[in-house]
Amino acid sequence: MSQSVVPARRNSGERLLRLAAPLAVAVVFLGGWQAFVTLNAIPPYIVPSPALVAHTLYADRALLAGSLGVTMQIALIALLLATLAGVATALVFAQSRIIEMSFFPYAILLQVTPIVAIAPLIIIWVRDTRIALVLCAAVVAVFPVISNTTLGLRSVDPGLLNFFRLSRATRWQTLWRLRVPSALPYFFGGLRIASGLALIGAVVAEFVAGTGGQGAGLAYQILLAGIQLNIPRLFAALTLIALAGVVMFAATVALSKLALARWHESELRRDA
Amino acid sequence: MQEPRAAGVQVLSQAVVALRGVGKAFDNGTQALADIDLDVRHGEFLTLIGPSGCGKSTLLAAIAGLARPTAGTIAWWGGDLAHTGTAGRRIGFVFQSPTLMPWARLTTNVRLPLTLAGMPRAEADRAVAVALERVHLTRFADHLPRQLSGGMQMRASIARALVTEPDLLLMDEPFGALDEFTRQYLDAELLALWSTQRMTVVFVTHSISEAVFLSTRVAVMAAHPGRILATFDIDAPGPRDDAFRVSAEFVAHAQRLSACVASAGAGAIPDEAISI
Repeated sequence: MSQSVVPARRNSGERLLRLAAPLAVAVVFLGGWQAFVTLNAIPPYIVPSPALVAHTLYADRALLAGSLGVTMQIALIALLLATLAGVATALVFAQSRIIEMSFFPYAILLQVTPIVAIAPLIIIWVRDTRIALVLCAAVVAVFPVISNTTLGLRSVDPGLLNFFRLSRATRWQTLWRLRVPSALPYFFGGLRIASGLALIGAVVAEFVAGTGGQGAGLAYQILLAGIQLNIPRLFAALTLIALAGVVMFAATVALSKLALARWHESELRRDA
Repeated sequence: MQEPRAAGVQVLSQAVVALRGVGKAFDNGTQALADIDLDVRHGEFLTLIGPSGCGKSTLLAAIAGLARPTAGTIAWWGGDLAHTGTAGRRIGFVFQSPTLMPWARLTTNVRLPLTLAGMPRAEADRAVAVALERVHLTRFADHLPRQLSGGMQMRASIARALVTEPDLLLMDEPFGALDEFTRQYLDAELLALWSTQRMTVVFVTHSISEAVFLSTRVAVMAAHPGRILATFDIDAPGPRDDAFRVSAEFVAHAQRLSACVASAGAGAIPDEAISI
């Protein structure tokens, strides 16, 4: 069961600290970076200053926003695909131990094979680059959904399971009314991990596949900026990828809160 | 509710559950139950009592049809649960812990057995309202289990068992995890429910005073192997209230039971010491 690291009682002072402390770290870090670059007169093609990166973000906003859109689209569709495929696989695994034992090793195989190694194959097999990228990212993201949801579907209160048996519940009733709700906290744990992996998958796959022109994602901008020694733009693109990752993670956290806040320990604010 | 009771007139002569030579051996060779002969009589409040590890819960699970015996036969209303079902008779079960669905409100939890049986929603909701009323939880119908105290969760669990208007109610140390005050309060409530509903109850406990207070009959069990030593009729007429708890009659019954439990314990303890 996922343990909450959030302390039992949160007051407004602590909430402020929760926001202010990381912010202070950012200010110190960026300030130090800016001072270091300025004082040592480091050229922008080695390390650009934070101010220059911010300026580049603004100046190249049309180009970067377009690429961000492409990367986010790939990552989100891949996440959706991984969620659907992962949940479906877990539901099949939950039907019998034999099925799970037969196929789980192959799910692990999928997980441990580096995407850089499979991506060229997928790109050869799938003609449409965009679809190939989505598939690569989905392959990277699917495993945590499968393994967490499978675990969740099995982690049912044995007393409740006995009660369902005594009430002569059908297999379908037990699945829908007991196993699925019990699995939700585990599923959302998997989804959080998968959201980050989908973005990583989308970027890595694009590095391997190489896109260009209208359909270029952030990875392409990074590659191109590197070749052109346009390091400020490279940093700007990196910043966007990091921000996109944070936003996707925060979105899944919010989704999990929305679904579990009412009852599950991990999202509860204890009043006792 | 009324209809199965009418049929119960014929059942009177017949045991609700009849166990003959029932034994249960676990895969590791432990003999959990051996040679149990027991009739659960219609309308009685039968308590199984004994030290931990004597197979009380296993016996109850066998009566519920949850654990298949490895020897002997069990007949429910003269038939086999697995093949003929319960023929319209219902069995309610209350576990050691409340086992409520943490994500569902009390109404949904109590409605569960009816939902699983496919009862129409409106009809089920009426039954749920009645069941919640019986355990005095009507005010908390829309609460989640975590918002209730342990005793209230247990009452909700009892409401869930009562909502099907069971002919046989099986309770496995339902109040064992609660404090003494809550337990006495719930015992009294349970007794009131039993006397108004006139259902058959099989109750497991390791508390002698709880057994004497509640039961019309007590079966004392012993371990290694799990067996029934003796059964005692607790023929104290009602009302059983707090005055009954301190009456000479109560004490006499309790002493008889403890003597019987002790006689088994004396033999069992050295045995256990060796096996450790």
